Amino acid sequence: MSNSVKTAAAHTVSQELGGSINTGEGEKTRRGKQSGDRVPLPKVLSRASRLPSAFLKNAAVGAAVPVILIAAWQLAVTAGLVSEQFVSSPLAIAGALAELLASGQLLHHLLVSIERAALGFLIGGAAGFLFGILTGLFRKAQYLLDPSFQVLRLVPNLAIVPLIILWFGFGELSKIAIIVSGAFFPLYINVFTGIRNVDQKLFEVAQVLGFSPIKRLLRLILPAALPHIFNGVRISLAVSWIGLVVAELVGSQAGIGFLINEAKQNSDTAIIFVGIIIFAIVGKLIDSAMKVIEARWLNWRDSFKG
Amino acid sequence: MGNALLEINQLNKSFGRSKNIVHALKDIELAIEEGELVTIIGPSGCGKSTLLRIIAGLDGEYTGKVTLAGEAIKGPGIDKGFIFQEHRLFPWLTVEKNIASDLSLSDKDVRRRVDELIELVKLKGFEKAYPKELSGGMAQRVAIARALLRNPKILLLDEPFGALDAFTRAHMQEVLLEIWRANKTTMIFVTHDIDEAVFLANRVIILKPRPGEISAVVPVELPYPRQKATPIFQSLRLQVLSRFEQTEEFAFTEGAGI
Repeated sequence: MSNSVKTAAAHTVSQELGGSINTGEGEKTRRGKQSGDRVPLPKVLSRASRLPSAFLKNAAVGAAVPVILIAAWQLAVTAGLVSEQFVSSPLAIAGALAELLASGQLLHHLLVSIERAALGFLIGGAAGFLFGILTGLFRKAQYLLDPSFQVLRLVPNLAIVPLIILWFGFGELSKIAIIVSGAFFPLYINVFTGIRNVDQKLFEVAQVLGFSPIKRLLRLILPAALPHIFNGVRISLAVSWIGLVVAELVGSQAGIGFLINEAKQNSDTAIIFVGIIIFAIVGKLIDSAMKVIEARWLNWRDSFKG
Repeated sequence: MGNALLEINQLNKSFGRSKNIVHALKDIELAIEEGELVTIIGPSGCGKSTLLRIIAGLDGEYTGKVTLAGEAIKGPGIDKGFIFQEHRLFPWLTVEKNIASDLSLSDKDVRRRVDELIELVKLKGFEKAYPKELSGGMAQRVAIARALLRNPKILLLDEPFGALDAFTRAHMQEVLLEIWRANKTTMIFVTHDIDEAVFLANRVIILKPRPGEISAVVPVELPYPRQKATPIFQSLRLQVLSRFEQTEEFAFTEGAGI
């Protein structure tokens, strides 16, 4: 699958190039690079990605599309196809990034953002987890609470932002509250679903083996629900990250969102791009880290791996 | 009567209500002595699994008396080991952790017993394997070890080898007999395989369906180890088979769905 996607992407790139600059040369270099990647691809896919070298190869395959797009982007800006005022060139963005890194500003704002997202995720996620366990385990709790949660879940996260600001002001509390409200539901729903999907037959085993209620929760229900719980954690983390952007753009004195807002006022397009890229990269890193943990914890699963 | 390990008196069990009532079990009388290996055989729908689940405490709605070591059965528990047709191991636990289940392997006593049982069910070298890496026979042996770790007063086996191929099944029968000889655990083994029933048992109990009743009890007094290809085994097998066929015929004329 990734093969055809890559080919398609390379196609559009070469079309773009063909429309703008030297057709022949552009096509040749692309093609050379592409065929170099394509040959080892089936091997990489068939091998278990536990080996670091295989992992690096997989990463290289995943990086191919962004690399090609960035190259095309740089070319388009230098050729003057787009105004630098609206779209900074990758080089200008890299320059701004280097400057922010050197001054220590980026790290400062990034840490502020990560702290906010982490706090919001921990509070919202923990609440979602606990309520998910409660409604998952007890039908009475489900009848009492789940309908309300389901209604609240369907309210778009952003629609309650004005209300949160009205209640908590523009301070730190409202930012955390926005993230909490987003992080809650994915974990709540996935923990609930995970518990309700535990094989009934294994409950009989727990009965026959005389599990205590605590052991039943810790040794049967939670491990069995773990794939769903992981799913919930990953979605909650992603939503926390999105909530963070909203919270910081609404008004803040520090954080990556603040960096973007400030750059907007100063019409410093490159810094806006830096902020966006940082959001993307850190978000992706968090998700990848979760995937690694998940692969390790769920290695007992006997499912199709593609 | 009076000192058998398991005693069942006037056990009746029915499903459904008033008009569509189905007698799953009718007037079951059974006493099993300590150390016996009894097999229960019958066509599908004769209530043999239901009977086993009642003894295990997994099924509570019945009339009559069922006592284990003199005490009425109140629910499932570790004194009544149960082996299901599927191995039902916890997929997220390794072989040794599955056997331990809710007990901790860092407990020395548990560790030692688990190692002994792994030896007994011939799974040395597979302690750290996950269930997905085991064959059906191996997984079922883990399940047996898991039940035995709890020192059950009685081990109930519900067609445990039903899903295995013929060779594995024959091997598992040998393994089970070895365990039985080594541990002297009282066992009730439900099956629909006549060979298996005769090969394993001190006594074969034949159930007939609709209503589920004991139609015959055939004692098997052959010494162990038994050879299936001997005339005496075959004559016993035929004896059980002829009884069994009578119940089958009976079942067909009664219109039971098999």
